[in-house]
Amino acid sequence: MECIFGLVGDGFALIAADSSAVHSILVHKSNEDKVLVLDSHKLLGVSGEAGDRVQFIEYIQKNVHLYQFRNGIPLNTAAAANFTRGELATALRKNPYFVNILLAGYDKGIGPSLYYIDYIATLHKIDKGAFGYGSYFSLAMMDRYFRSGMSLEEAIDLVDKCIMEIRSRLFVAPPNFVIKIVDQNGAREYAWRESISSD
Amino acid sequence: MSIFEYNGSALVAMVGKNCFAIASDRRLGVQLQTIATDFRRIYKIHDKLYIGLSGLATDAQTLYQRLVFRHKLYQLREERDMKPETFASLVSALLYEKRFGPYFCQPVIAGLGDDNKPFICTMDSIGAKELAKDFVVAGTASESLYGACESMYKPDMEPEELFETISQALLASVDRDCLSGWGGHVLLVTPTEVQEKALKGRMD
Repeated sequence: MECIFGLVGDGFALIAADSSAVHSILVHKSNEDKVLVLDSHKLLGVSGEAGDRVQFIEYIQKNVHLYQFRNGIPLNTAAAANFTRGELATALRKNPYFVNILLAGYDKGIGPSLYYIDYIATLHKIDKGAFGYGSYFSLAMMDRYFRSGMSLEEAIDLVDKCIMEIRSRLFVAPPNFVIKIVDQNGAREYAWRESISSD
Repeated sequence: MSIFEYNGSALVAMVGKNCFAIASDRRLGVQLQTIATDFRRIYKIHDKLYIGLSGLATDAQTLYQRLVFRHKLYQLREERDMKPETFASLVSALLYEKRFGPYFCQPVIAGLGDDNKPFICTMDSIGAKELAKDFVVAGTASESLYGACESMYKPDMEPEELFETISQALLASVDRDCLSGWGGHVLLVTPTEVQEKALKGRMD
């Protein structure tokens, strides 16, 4: 079942997510990328209802781009997080999107940041966070091993610890994960952690 | 489990001699899972007026944004800050607008009015005001807060003693509540200054 988590390190933030598309007991796909590169310096990790995820994320991404085209400057991470929360909160009492979001970004002068937005539009700036069944394990691992200002190697090591714990302790563990990072050089895919081939 | 208990919260405001204090816990949870331990539920409206929003965190954030918006419009039109009594009526009206689909928040309002008279008030999620002369409480720890405040409160405390009293009442109460805690924020407002302090409590 869905596992998504992220953390902030020294000069970067990262998001890791499982890549399974599941319906009931059936796995349709094991290379579904649930971490979107929102713009040059933002990552959006999303879990929740598959249809809502695609629709909502596309809406957010296109509007963030529209803002950039209109004004010539991109939204910073805090602004994008508040925009996303606003849209989610407006929809909440009409036709809600069932999506949980981790938004990671890097801003000049501010540095890396990570925002927690759940499906009822609770927004909070965090250093480490997780959603889904995997959160029981990844949050515990991060509470034990996370410190502020971790290097990239240390952070990836921690992500691997989290993935290992999920794989060994979660009955419905997903096989494959994707890790993406964002730092001053931009947002990009970092690595995959695959235990079954997804071709 | 009630939607008011989804995130967990503890809020309290107390009146002293020409001053007041408002305090909250720092936990943001999703039922029994703790998401963050640096969450804020007390928001500033202006230098002498604060609102704490207990209950569902998302509605607290939405409500706060709407209140700030309405207060800014008021400032532009009237060229002055709102009196606490007026603000309480605004909150009440905003909540009652959503009578049949409420914001799941129980607000606590505390402010210094004209001639620095302290004002505290709470209301339910549909805006029924409850004024008090001594203290008001809200949140998942409200029951234990009532007990703690009832036994610790004295009328006309000076700021230093008021800070100590509200802090002890909060810390004692959140230890008997699973859904709130992880330290606290205390705001002590006197006619001349505002002191904000972060409390460390049982951080588990």
